[in-house]
Amino acid sequence: MLTVLLLLWPVVAALLLHFFKGKAARVAAFGAALVEFLLAAYAALLFNANNSGQFSFNYAWVASAGINFHLGMDGLSLSLVLLTTLLVPIILLSAFRRNFENESVFYALVLFMQTGLIGVFTAQDAFLFYFMWEVALIPIYFLAGVWGGTERARVTFKFFLYTIIGSLFMLAGFVYLYFQTGPSPDGLSAHNSALTSFYNINLPVETQLWVFWLIFAAFAVKMPIFPFHTWQPDTYTESPAPASMLLAGIMLKMGIYGCMRWLLPVVPLGVDYWQNLVLILAVIGIIYGAIIAIRQHDVKRLIAYSSLSHVGLMIAGVFSLTQLGMQGASIQMLAHGINVVGLFFIADAIERRTGTRNIADLGGLTRKAPALTVCFLVLLLGTVALPLTNGFVGEFLLLAGVYEHNAWLGAVAGITIILSAVYLLRMFQRVMLGPDSAYSATFTDLTSGEIAVLVPLIVLVFWIGIFPNFFLHLSEGSVLGILGEVVKR
Amino acid sequence: MNSIILLSVLGLGNLFLGFRRSNRLLLPIMMLILGLVLTVNFLDWNTGAVQLIRFPMLTTDNFSVAFTGIIVLTALLLVPFSQRYVLDEEANLAEYYSLLLFSLVGAIMLVSYNHLLMLFLGIETLSIAMYVLAGSDKRNLRSNEAALKYFLMGAFFTGILLFGMALVYGATGTFELNQISFAVQNPVNASLRPMLYIGMLLMLIGMSFKVGAAPFHFWTPDVYEGTPTFFTAFMSTVVKVAGIAALLKLLVQVFPAASAQGVWLPTLTAICVLTLLIGNVGAVVQTSLKRMLAYSSISHAGYLLIALVAYNGALEGPSANAVLFYSLAYSVATVAAFGVLKLVADARQREDYNGLNGLAKTNPLLAFCLTVSMLSLAGIPLTGGFFGKFFVFAAAVENGYIGLVIFALLMSMVSIYYYLRPIIAMYMRDADDDTAAAVPVSTFQSGALLLLALLTVLLGVLPGLVAGVL
Repeated sequence: MLTVLLLLWPVVAALLLHFFKGKAARVAAFGAALVEFLLAAYAALLFNANNSGQFSFNYAWVASAGINFHLGMDGLSLSLVLLTTLLVPIILLSAFRRNFENESVFYALVLFMQTGLIGVFTAQDAFLFYFMWEVALIPIYFLAGVWGGTERARVTFKFFLYTIIGSLFMLAGFVYLYFQTGPSPDGLSAHNSALTSFYNINLPVETQLWVFWLIFAAFAVKMPIFPFHTWQPDTYTESPAPASMLLAGIMLKMGIYGCMRWLLPVVPLGVDYWQNLVLILAVIGIIYGAIIAIRQHDVKRLIAYSSLSHVGLMIAGVFSLTQLGMQGASIQMLAHGINVVGLFFIADAIERRTGTRNIADLGGLTRKAPALTVCFLVLLLGTVALPLTNGFVGEFLLLAGVYEHNAWLGAVAGITIILSAVYLLRMFQRVMLGPDSAYSATFTDLTSGEIAVLVPLIVLVFWIGIFPNFFLHLSEGSVLGILGEVVKR
Repeated sequence: MNSIILLSVLGLGNLFLGFRRSNRLLLPIMMLILGLVLTVNFLDWNTGAVQLIRFPMLTTDNFSVAFTGIIVLTALLLVPFSQRYVLDEEANLAEYYSLLLFSLVGAIMLVSYNHLLMLFLGIETLSIAMYVLAGSDKRNLRSNEAALKYFLMGAFFTGILLFGMALVYGATGTFELNQISFAVQNPVNASLRPMLYIGMLLMLIGMSFKVGAAPFHFWTPDVYEGTPTFFTAFMSTVVKVAGIAALLKLLVQVFPAASAQGVWLPTLTAICVLTLLIGNVGAVVQTSLKRMLAYSSISHAGYLLIALVAYNGALEGPSANAVLFYSLAYSVATVAAFGVLKLVADARQREDYNGLNGLAKTNPLLAFCLTVSMLSLAGIPLTGGFFGKFFVFAAAVENGYIGLVIFALLMSMVSIYYYLRPIIAMYMRDADDDTAAAVPVSTFQSGALLLLALLTVLLGVLPGLVAGVL
């Protein structure tokens, strides 16, 4: 029941938001998101890391077709639900600085998207998962398309087309798999779409080889993995900051989570066959993203490419099919979400003050803004994976996992840490330090509202960095379960 | 059965109300009539197949009740958008409404016929009313052209259909569905085979014209564009749904024999593929919302035909359920789209995408409802259109038509392009001089649009309400 509440509360709040106007809408939305976070925290308290699926809710959705509205959480789901519910209020808070047109609709869409995200992370039924997957897409399309930059119509169109085409392939794959399952438990349908039924399908290798790509298409676009990434930098750049944060902070985790939950255990033989290809694509993405990031002049674009590079490493970790790699991916999903939201927030704060995101135009901002500098640096070092920060734990495990699978790939992927230090520190140096620019005299430091956004993020950077065990323990059972399903055949 | 009698009588009565020249009264009366018919129709639910004694030309079973329900509900939801005619002194509203009611009689006959004569009568009752309504905007040249085109082509294809029926009669010696079916399965004279097959194909061609399937779709874009929008909406929902249901009955009840399938199915599959291709590709290049909706209605006929191709066994099975759900979701979304189009076009005198620019700012409700409708037509989750497509594709995959489904999926991807264009115009483009003013919408129409959007979302969130009832 708690999962249902988690799922439905944001959408109910989004509908109620219609009765609020202007500033009241912000506060109401933030309040609703806080309630949601408290619910998730309560779930985390009740959660028993030793048991698998918990907080299960099962309702016959389309009884005649064996499709159930089946929700549930294991450690992996819970940690992503926690990430979502934590980041959404922070994202909402960060939007307070800007006066958007039709505020109540803007905030309602963010909350609506939260429902979709939580649905994706908790769905235990293939068609429910697909349903939620698309539910998460519609609000972000409008958030980016209505409130975005000048090129928004073209860019979001491409984004929408890419992701929906990918997910239609996934739907085709699910429909095919659905007809390979046995009858539903109540006997009303000849097939059912439960997650566990999908795990028990034993397809021949030849079939798995192509079913793999049908399902992977959706995840590959969403994460995105090279060469399916071309929608990403434009969309991140053109979106308003809160939408960029939602996209990079939470939405791309849908792809990685999808791989772990709905791809690896369902078509293990296909995964085994394509593993090296995906790993190579992921490593290409790591290097490619990093090299392009070095050449960027736009802060937001740089973060977008850096995100591409970091996601590549997470994909490589998942596809190394080692416990280290998968655990690394699950903790790095949290770390990356926190860091990238923080970086987008800082980029937005700088842009609001100076009106530009162009690195060449900025410089010497640190003198007037010590607090901003410190926060920026911490988040940056978290992304660069400095020890004691959250990025270190994740990337270390990821690299260890990839290395365990193939030492050469591990070595190449390891370059990411050096390259990310190059482009991020260069950006920091040119924007915050360096010679004075036209803006350095008039620049202002963080307001108390902004500090309220950044403090929880920075606390988490260190918390996960210094005491990762809580989070590692949370996802350990699920990761072992998934690996067990993969190795079983 | 009762609904046919009721509609005919009340339709006639409605005609007399026109003498009083009080248009204001007609709209509520029309809604009352339709509401009454809808209720009466569902009294027949689950009462078993009812036929007129000794003369079983029409059957009332769950299949016919369900499709009659969709048809009458669509009409009921559409009627609010005729409000402008109520205020128009020149419009002969009583005649329009009566013709609509009579055409509904034809549509109901199409979903409950048990005799080829009734199929023919139903098509003619439906079509003749539509020929007149297509030309109801008397002073508009396009409307006249539409009526003439629709009439000439329609008459021609009715002739083909009739010819087909005659040949089938010649080969089997009967017009009754189960007797034809029996005769097809147990042929007395093998030399009559070719006659039967040619008859079947001619009937299929005639019906394809009525539902606007390619390559017999050429009339659709021009006729849809010329016809007054209110009646276009009626054409692309009621006429199409009734036609598809009639075709399904024909396929399942008349020609289930394997030998007949060998002739029928390849042709139907080819028509289906061609319809999907032409409908979707044709819609991509349109710049007018109304023409786009015309092509989109062709493409939806294609998706519905997939369920027909994939039918399996009895009339009331997965295919019929898929067609039922799809028809409902499609009708609701299409009525909403045409409703918004009509309101915008009446106010701004333009039907192209740019006429929608900035609508999200001037009329948020209209923009929202059109968005829901477009997403539903594109088959995106949270709307009924998704589950409609899902059930159709599932029925096809279950019966092994994987290639067809993949093709249809590719076409769905194409369709997203043109369904997004109105959304982009409304939400992401700024209004120009023409479109800066808000479109006047009455509370009544707002309510109707909101209801349509809610229905679409309801079908998308709780598909179990309608899925699998047959």
